[in-house]
Amino acid sequence: MLSQVFYVLLFYVIGEVVSYLINGFVPGSVIGMLLLFTALCFKVINGEKVNKLSKALTDNMGFFFLPAAVGLMSAFDVLSKYWLVILISSTVSTILVIIAVALVQQRMGKEDKNG
Amino acid sequence: MLFLVVGVYLLCQQLFRKTRIALLHPLLTATAFIILFLKIFDIPYESFKEGAGFVNFLLGPSVVALGYVLYEQIRYIKGNVISILTSIFVGSLVGIVSVMAIAYEMGADRVLIASLQPKSVTTPIAMGIAEKAGGIPSITAVVVVAVGIFGSIIGPFLMRMMGIDSKIAKGLALGASAHGLGTSIAIQMGAIEGAISGLAIGLMGVMTALLVPVVSWVMSLF
Repeated sequence: MLSQVFYVLLFYVIGEVVSYLINGFVPGSVIGMLLLFTALCFKVINGEKVNKLSKALTDNMGFFFLPAAVGLMSAFDVLSKYWLVILISSTVSTILVIIAVALVQQRMGKEDKNG
Repeated sequence: MLFLVVGVYLLCQQLFRKTRIALLHPLLTATAFIILFLKIFDIPYESFKEGAGFVNFLLGPSVVALGYVLYEQIRYIKGNVISILTSIFVGSLVGIVSVMAIAYEMGADRVLIASLQPKSVTTPIAMGIAEKAGGIPSITAVVVVAVGIFGSIIGPFLMRMMGIDSKIAKGLALGASAHGLGTSIAIQMGAIEGAISGLAIGLMGVMTALLVPVVSWVMSLF
């Protein structure tokens, strides 16, 4: 397990360094994800080296958002002033995004339904 | 503090699994309980954040770990590269334009609009985009989390109503609209949905970062 921690953190650190070099245009975690994916595809690293920790981390992603979500409490002032604009624009727009993405993919995509 | 966070979340997760009510999403209930707890005992958010710092840190590695989940599902992506890129492009554009237009019509100023533009993107990317566009990153962070909770609750329901049966479409829409929170729901639907959703977070982030300056420029012409 400890070696799995090492490999996941290694890609995270590389991602952070690359992110720093490109002025934070894309965050380190996302770069790390793309690098890990690429490394696995090109067999630079074996999937068994990260499988267990990756499963454990991704299964509990919701939990890792908790501290950020509690941050809502420190923004009550700003939110109380603009809450209606924020609420309506964000909810309507979110619904539109879901509809747009799901429809385009459903119409255009090829999929093995038995997959 | 770490004990409190883990304990409260586990309890809320149990509650969610027993009831299966979307509004009782563990993140929603756990957030409410913890804010209530901090208010009652008069603990400032900053000291809570310090105590729960480790949990917050794990968000980064868990995004990295999505790379493995995605690799496991690579065979489902083949033949869908064009459709995935097109969906994300359309979704990103619809998201930016609609939130800008509605906020503008309701009288929001330039700073607020800039803070809202990247609302569908994962927090770290969204805050970066907002800052570059002249918004307030802390507003963005809060809106992003709220949108994530909303999207991951309404998403599965909405797509059932629309008759979406494609696993890739479900995963993409959840990741594109509700970033990591959508992914946490998509993973519960299945491995394909989860992996595609993780891919959608990254693509949506990059696409939105590229589109926000372009859309802002075009809209300023009117």
